[in-house]
Amino acid sequence: MTISVLNANKRYGDFAALDNVSIDIPSGSLTALLGPSGSGKSTLLRSIAGLDQPDSGTITIEGRDVTNLPPQKRGIGFVFQHYAAFKHLTVRQNVGFGLQIRKRPKDEITRKVDDLLDVVGLAGFQTRYPAQLSGGQRQRMALARALAVDPEVLLLDEPFGALDAKVREDLRSWLRRLHNEVHVTTVLVTHDQEEALDVADKIAVLNKGRIEQFGTPGELYDEPANEFVLSFLGTVARFNGTLVRPHDLRLERIQRPDSFAARVLRVVFLGFEVRVELQLPDSPDIFHAEITRGDAAALELNDGDTIYVRALRIPTVELATAGAAV
Amino acid sequence: MNVSTPVRLSLRTVALGYLFVLLVVPIAVILFRSFEHGFGQFWEWITTPAAISALQLSLLIVAIVVPLNVIFGVITALALVRGRFRGRGIIEAIVDLPFAVSPVVVGVALILLWGVGGWFGGIEGLGFRVIFGLPGMVLATLFVTLPFVVREVEPVLREIGEQQEEAASTLGANGWQTFWRITLPAIRWGLTYGIVLTVARSLGEFGAVIMVSSGFPGISQTLTLLVHSRYIDDYNEFGAYAAATLLMIVALIVLLVMTLLQRTRKSS
Repeated sequence: MTISVLNANKRYGDFAALDNVSIDIPSGSLTALLGPSGSGKSTLLRSIAGLDQPDSGTITIEGRDVTNLPPQKRGIGFVFQHYAAFKHLTVRQNVGFGLQIRKRPKDEITRKVDDLLDVVGLAGFQTRYPAQLSGGQRQRMALARALAVDPEVLLLDEPFGALDAKVREDLRSWLRRLHNEVHVTTVLVTHDQEEALDVADKIAVLNKGRIEQFGTPGELYDEPANEFVLSFLGTVARFNGTLVRPHDLRLERIQRPDSFAARVLRVVFLGFEVRVELQLPDSPDIFHAEITRGDAAALELNDGDTIYVRALRIPTVELATAGAAV
Repeated sequence: MNVSTPVRLSLRTVALGYLFVLLVVPIAVILFRSFEHGFGQFWEWITTPAAISALQLSLLIVAIVVPLNVIFGVITALALVRGRFRGRGIIEAIVDLPFAVSPVVVGVALILLWGVGGWFGGIEGLGFRVIFGLPGMVLATLFVTLPFVVREVEPVLREIGEQQEEAASTLGANGWQTFWRITLPAIRWGLTYGIVLTVARSLGEFGAVIMVSSGFPGISQTLTLLVHSRYIDDYNEFGAYAAATLLMIVALIVLLVMTLLQRTRKSS
């Protein structure tokens, strides 16, 4: 295990940012800490970095107890949501900062910085200042800066949160490719489930300062530990008192023993899939099913039709309180 | 706002006229009177032993006050912006006190504190003269110039936030390295302006300094005190004008040097 957190607690007054959190992050993995704002995911990451100090608990990196070490002695690289670029330094000086602090020879610094700028696609930008770069470029510079010191672990705090959608997607797949090449253990904080599913090997879902579940994206999606994970990762529909994935609902014109009659409220074409908004008789709740274009065409759905709905698969999670889900 | 041309022009005229009468005319008059009897006479008035001593004393006070205010101003600003301690609000208010208190009151307070019979007056018995000596003038000047560096640096610190410093620490920099390489360059503009204001006020301070100075020409007169004594005590109008012009020239040189320093640093 590269990073081990054991029984970490952190309180801000009455608010528990970390509530007895333990997690083991395997070497070489790209792990996402996923959760809504206030779930403690950033506090956990900053605690690993040493930027926040947990009230209790221990943190080890590569077997070394770093709990009481300052950030500069933890062997980490950290990337901030808002880049934290050194505004008065050029791109070259920014990326070379950590090496300069380590008093490495000048030609070694120059070589390493140039290599890294090649890797992050900023070759030729050496003499620019951060103000002369776009948001995406600044974040890539920040990544190069963090990687320059050969960190044992790379920690990213919502690294794409401040970028617009297109750039975010590009950088995301770029980060995935970079990780495949560089193989440094990476932990990424995000509130975007799509981003987590897209880049991470393993995802830890956090809620109210606790880790609800830690596993591969497939495990989390198919076998969610509880209702929170189920509804936070992917969409859910509340159908006849149970929570199901909308794409696990089958719509048919003929009634079967396990199907229920529902009224079609609206049919929405979303490109490759079709979302059908439905309502069971005698129920105020509206739920929706996701079906393919082909199925929708075959069913010849019209608003107001009555259709028979059955669930192909019902995840086995404990339901918290009725009506709490989406 | 949309205003018609005549309105705009008359507003402009009023504003410029206001500045002209209040700022330009008095300074121009002094300059004019200084050189009324030619440059030679002016030079003579500013090279008397009393004038040279006054210039040296003023510069000495600046040289002591500026470093002290820079060090404590930056520390105070850091504490106010980054600190999480009780009583921050009280410190905020105390820092502004010199703006509110009249310099003469400062002078009186210093005499009460450090003078013979004052709380700290015993120090005089040990042969260390505060009131009517250089330490008193330095203390008075420190008091009136205290807010400048703090108040100029504080908003800059607030604006840059902590992330650059955090980034530096994750890259291996310790506290000192982070301060010298990241924090200080980031606040240099605010600090420069704070220094310029401190220098200008140190050179120009009169009320607090006259209370705690013995005022002997050639010994304990600053430039402002020289201007005052030449005009009031010696009835030496032109000498006073010349000393005032010298005061302005020194202030202008400081301003110019600071601007040039910034420019070279920016281009390098």
